[in-house]
Amino acid sequence: MNTLIELNNITKTFDDQQVLKGINLKIYENEFLTLLGPSGCGKTTTLRIIAGFDEPDCGELLFGGIEISKLPPYKREVNTVFQKYALFPHLDVFENIAFGLNIKKTEKSVVKQKVERMLELVGLSGFEKRDVTSLSGGQQQRVAIARALINEPKVLLLDEPLGALDAKLRKEMQFELKKIQKEVGITFIYVTHDQEEALSMSDTVVVMNDGYIQQIGTPTDVYNEPENRFVASFIGESNIIEGVMIRDCLVSFDDFEFECVDKGFKDNEDVEVVLRPEDIDIVSPEGAKLTGTVESVVFKGVHYEIMVKSKYRSYMIHTTDFCEEGRRVGLSFGPEDIHVMWKMV
Amino acid sequence: MRYFKKLVRPYIAWSAVVIIIPLIMMLLYAFTNSGNSLLNIQFTFENFKRFAEPVYLNVFLKSLKLGLLTVAICLVLGYTLAYIIAQFKESTQNVLILLVTVPMWINMLLRTYAWISILSDNGLLNALLSKLGLEPVSMMYTDFAVMIGQVCDFLPFMIIPIHTSLSKMDKSFIEASYDLGANPVQTFFKVVFKLSIPGVLNGVIMVFLLSISTFVIPKLLGGGQYVLMGNLIESQFVSVGDWNFGSAISIILAVIILFAIRWMKKVDAADN
Ligand SMILES: Nc1ncnc2c1ncn2[C@@H]1O[C@H](COP(=O)(O)OP(=O)(O)O)[C@@H](O)[C@H]1O
Ligand SMILES: [Mg+2]
Repeated sequence: MNTLIELNNITKTFDDQQVLKGINLKIYENEFLTLLGPSGCGKTTTLRIIAGFDEPDCGELLFGGIEISKLPPYKREVNTVFQKYALFPHLDVFENIAFGLNIKKTEKSVVKQKVERMLELVGLSGFEKRDVTSLSGGQQQRVAIARALINEPKVLLLDEPLGALDAKLRKEMQFELKKIQKEVGITFIYVTHDQEEALSMSDTVVVMNDGYIQQIGTPTDVYNEPENRFVASFIGESNIIEGVMIRDCLVSFDDFEFECVDKGFKDNEDVEVVLRPEDIDIVSPEGAKLTGTVESVVFKGVHYEIMVKSKYRSYMIHTTDFCEEGRRVGLSFGPEDIHVMWKMV
Repeated sequence: MRYFKKLVRPYIAWSAVVIIIPLIMMLLYAFTNSGNSLLNIQFTFENFKRFAEPVYLNVFLKSLKLGLLTVAICLVLGYTLAYIIAQFKESTQNVLILLVTVPMWINMLLRTYAWISILSDNGLLNALLSKLGLEPVSMMYTDFAVMIGQVCDFLPFMIIPIHTSLSKMDKSFIEASYDLGANPVQTFFKVVFKLSIPGVLNGVIMVFLLSISTFVIPKLLGGGQYVLMGNLIESQFVSVGDWNFGSAISIILAVIILFAIRWMKKVDAADN
């Protein structure tokens, strides 16, 4: 895959507050990349720098190998779907979608044909003459996507595009966006604070916090192999335990040593261990290393969320098997369920 | 809410007294010919017919021409200023808008007299011209003088509504336009100006209204011979004493303004 966009050490400060503290990121062709992180971590700012609405203080922004951080937005081969759509209220659906082509003085018949194709792509055929303010949130969303894609950008930027939609429509649009991305075959850079959305749609997830990139990886990578406590706790639920890496493939925590599959740490290095609640099994206390008492049981629809109080901490366990409160139980997990991470300083 | 609604009643009563009653009086005068007395009333359309005489029609056309010209100049100047003001940060904008309104705090008569001292034959401008070794120019009592007076007086009424619509415009529309490949000039004409049209219309209506009904400015800067609609009405009431004809002209003017406003709003609606 070819690199399309490269951010090298990008920083940005807004009135004394450093919002981006050195962003390094490579974005490839045809990739669905998601910037994921809590509100205020700098996702929108990163996107605006790529679109050209904000200029970075330091660092390089390369597009196809060429430095573009000083290029105005109207000269970039990038289009944006704005968070609140920003459809022009004085233009109808057709005119909104045709805006970019009309700026380029495209021939009328070509414009008409392309707008119709776009409307078909986003499932709004026949809406040409509609007033944009009369459309529902989901429909406005589709018009915004069509208006951006008609310019055939190399990259489409989407800033929390589903934020304003209700849960059911969100799911539908997630699926549809992914479909559209495959169909047009361009890079999507998608911003969200919703980890489930990020995991289900992306090829690459970029986890951000506090102006830094915490981890870049496939959805499975960032879920199964979180690199630090922030990623582990932000993506999915997890038990995070302080421990010591005795040597490669052997970690100790809560008074016991456990085999694991992680390597590359120093011997006796302080580490943090992640155990996903669904990876822990409840077994009988005999022969189990970790034991404890069931503290609470909450039914969550598909599974029970069971808290087990052991000597040093409470473990969270997700299981489909019921287990009554107050019972003594053992906890069991395999070497591959243990994820060892660098300790955050 | 219901409680507060009651508070509005004295205002309605007051408005009835100071607006409705004079209006009824005006209608009464316009359709009668009994002079200022309200005894022996006789209905007639004479007052309106009289307006069709060439003398009066010419006054009307002159007022209309001057009014439209004032509106055009105010629009270009006012839009430019409003646009520049809207580029500053919010606190600065508030100060600038306050400055725009400063002339409005000073009595209109005083402001107009100030123009006399600037424009008259031995006034400020001519002093400046002679300093530069140029011939003095007679500027008082011309269309130019009346125009300058009107534009300066009415400009704030153009700037403020346009500035309001520019400053409350969502910046993301401008960014969306850039994003779609429009440069700043294209963005201005295709997005910013279009979205500010409601403000422009309000400004245009205000300035047109003011300029077609003013009588102080043409009287002072245009001289005694300079007659616009406002002066015509004023003289009917104050010097000629023909309240019936004065009322009729006022009503004709009001109806014309009403239609002008309706027509502009319609054009605006059709545009969207
Ligand atoms: N134009 C701006 N002026 C001042 N502060 C800003 C501006 N834009 C963003 N910020 C600040 O930068 C931080 C990161 O913002 P943003 O990139 O929008 O975060 P996110 O999209 O991840 O929620 C926030 O604390 C926000 O208040
Ligand atoms: Mg944001």
